[in-house]
Amino acid sequence: MSHNIHIAGENALIIYFSKPGDGHVSANLSAKVQQAEQLIRKAMEQELAQDIIDLVPSYASLMVMFNMMTTDHHLIKNKLRTLLQQMHNSKEQVATHQANLVELPVYYSHESGPDLSVIAQRAQLTVEQVIELHQAQEYRVYAIGFAPGFAYLGEVDERIAAPRLSTPRMKVPKGAVAIADRQTAVYPSVSPGGWNIIGLCPIDMFDAKANPTMPVAVGDRVKFKAISKDEYIALGGALEVSYE
Amino acid sequence: MSNSSLTQGFLVKQAGMLSLIQDAGRFGAFNIGLTNGGPIDLLAFQWANRLCHNTVNATAIEISLGGLTLTAQVDTSLAVTGANMPLTINGEIKALWRSYHVKAGDVIALGFATQGVRCYLAVAGGFNITPSFGSTATVCREGVGGLHGGKLLAGDMLACASNNINSNKKQNLLLVEKLIPTYTDEIILHTVPSYQQQHFSSQQQRLFFSNEYTVSKSFDRMGYRLEGQAIACDIKGILSEGICHGAVQIPADGQPIVLLNDRQTIGGYPKIGAVSSIDTAKLGQLNQGGKVRFEPISMEQAHNLFHLNLSRFNRTELVVCD
Repeated sequence: MSHNIHIAGENALIIYFSKPGDGHVSANLSAKVQQAEQLIRKAMEQELAQDIIDLVPSYASLMVMFNMMTTDHHLIKNKLRTLLQQMHNSKEQVATHQANLVELPVYYSHESGPDLSVIAQRAQLTVEQVIELHQAQEYRVYAIGFAPGFAYLGEVDERIAAPRLSTPRMKVPKGAVAIADRQTAVYPSVSPGGWNIIGLCPIDMFDAKANPTMPVAVGDRVKFKAISKDEYIALGGALEVSYE
Repeated sequence: MSNSSLTQGFLVKQAGMLSLIQDAGRFGAFNIGLTNGGPIDLLAFQWANRLCHNTVNATAIEISLGGLTLTAQVDTSLAVTGANMPLTINGEIKALWRSYHVKAGDVIALGFATQGVRCYLAVAGGFNITPSFGSTATVCREGVGGLHGGKLLAGDMLACASNNINSNKKQNLLLVEKLIPTYTDEIILHTVPSYQQQHFSSQQQRLFFSNEYTVSKSFDRMGYRLEGQAIACDIKGILSEGICHGAVQIPADGQPIVLLNDRQTIGGYPKIGAVSSIDTAKLGQLNQGGKVRFEPISMEQAHNLFHLNLSRFNRTELVVCD
């Protein structure tokens, strides 16, 4: 079997799709998580409606929170096994959520990306090359968390991978496009953060009043596209931001 | 408030240190990164609602540390449960763990807790707050829930039903003294070993389950950072994964953090287990300097503990007191 069901807490189980301690990120694993999530969500519309409270998909795992008032971990484990077995046996891929390709505009510059030059220096590249490499890749949304609308995208070209800042910033502006190791993300709102900032994106990554609230979902693909300062402002981007 | 002429309830005169609108919590929004929120001491929260004849998860106020003053604009009834905060109505000292009728113009004030951290103030019928993502629970870090996504502020208007409107004035109730939960400074945290447990050597696990830990100065609704015997893990980090309520995270410095209602939804530190919800409620009433010990229990024991506590709550009868 390619998965393992572990205990997380008194009302939660977690399905691992990779071996314990394996920190490898892959689109293949992520697709399995997504497939399992969809199967379980479907069951949540029917026989498991009362029993499963929430699902938390991530890189290579899926946490399943259940309702202790109606069920217990034996029953849930059993149901999950059956569903995962189905997934495993079905030759044809279960129709996964149509992975959208979302294009996010970014104003890359020294003004909007204070860590661009550090990344360029470390990689012995020009700033233009760093920007080029960040746009060259098509990224996958591996997980959403940390803050509402914060999507973990992977993976950036090894050359522009960058360790987190040793002292996190107290205030990262909304829309900051940033890199940590081989992950990249757009900060959905002002928050503290230790990622390396390379630009600003004028698109709202989380809007509580919009439907959907986020432009991306786990499993979607994302491409970044450079825009000018004028275009950034025309799209509603703010520049009176501070990097503390 | 758009329809202020129609909305009546309680006016916040003084907001106190951290007073938050809470219901049972927000579930089903993890996929967009929204955490649960909800009352840290679920038991005290549910008692406050029962004392007001409410459904147990009706919207109430969680008051941390104290200092909240409200003015009633309607005739209704209310109850305060939880930490030992001095409660006064129009300056007169009142006991917690019972309900009172209040009239428009009455001033309800909470002083500062002498034992415990959090109180719950419920009103008959619950507060009428528009839910965000299916819940009224306030999570300040996310700016979601409550009246405006944050803690209560002086001048806020908390709408609720009036006795005059629905003529449903009900009897006041109390919980008899010997059944009132006591908040001590030393507690046991029953913990189900889970997650990366196998990456902690049996020696490290023994250390974890046999040493006493102290609540550090960093404790909030997100989590309680503890100080004591450092615990070593065989691995440094893991791929970020879902964090359940009560999960005990062991960061690089080896000092455990128990993650609570406002925790981040996913994270990459190894976890050794998860504390039962019965005991996270008690942990959330500890201040800096409080002492805890972890005791391992099986999933079966956790399940029994949960259901026996639930049964006790459901079978305990309140006493009519007016």
